[in-house]
Amino acid sequence: MTTSNTLHNPPRLVGDLAVWLIILAEMLAFCILFLSYAFARARDVALFNASQSTLDLHSGAINTVLLITGSWCVVRAVQAVRADASSMGTRWLLAALVCGAGFVTLKVFEFSAKADAGIDLSTNTFYMFYLLLTGFHFLHVIVAMLFLSILLFKTLQGAYGSHDHHALESGAAFWHMVDLLWIVLFPLVYVMR
Amino acid sequence: MKGAVAMFSCSVNRIWLLLLAATGVTFWLGESGLSGRAGMAPVLVMFALAFVKALLVMLDFMELRHAPALWRRLLVGWLVLVTTGILLAYWIGQR
Repeated sequence: MTTSNTLHNPPRLVGDLAVWLIILAEMLAFCILFLSYAFARARDVALFNASQSTLDLHSGAINTVLLITGSWCVVRAVQAVRADASSMGTRWLLAALVCGAGFVTLKVFEFSAKADAGIDLSTNTFYMFYLLLTGFHFLHVIVAMLFLSILLFKTLQGAYGSHDHHALESGAAFWHMVDLLWIVLFPLVYVMR
Repeated sequence: MKGAVAMFSCSVNRIWLLLLAATGVTFWLGESGLSGRAGMAPVLVMFALAFVKALLVMLDFMELRHAPALWRRLLVGWLVLVTTGILLAYWIGQR
């Protein structure tokens, strides 16, 4: 039974190998950033805690909800396209993009509030890490949204279906990575004290 | 009601709701001020939750559950490294 299942459904990496290699490289970069933050914090806990208390926990949590929901929408989009329900897939992709846009909007407000308060990379070690980590992540959200917009356009044209969903799966994997990174970033930077 | 049943019957939807619930707990740990007051425990809880959340995203959203074992190990290994590293650093900072 197991053998026949394996024969019919061999293990498959969903998405393009090149995209997965990019995902791995990005995750390694973030791993270094996360651990650098954590160990820098260990050297100056009081400064990190004091600076962290100026962050907006509500906006961080709403952003987590937006990214998680965006990820879920993309899973539903891929499922729909695989089942040849591409108009449904289009709607799910659009919903994911709305979540992404919500995230970007909240982040822009957050960044501009910090800039208005005169906070920049040189303010202190905490803010340097905060701006680097969240700024670098922000760029990834933008890139993922660009990918998703292209995929949405192509899905709308009927380019994907049960016969071909490779590109869509690759874009989805990258989108999920952005969510994955935020799942660690949120407790680390916004909550842990 | 029927909609709610259909919603819950799909495993991907259940995972989404679980992820949202875990996010709620993490937010509450911060908002209540428990994080920073009750020692190591709240931090252990929030990173245990982050671990489970990230694992679910990897296995079920990125579909690594049915991927070649090497890729699953690479990503789960990343998660283990990141979370244990963060907890170790937190513990060092507490001493």
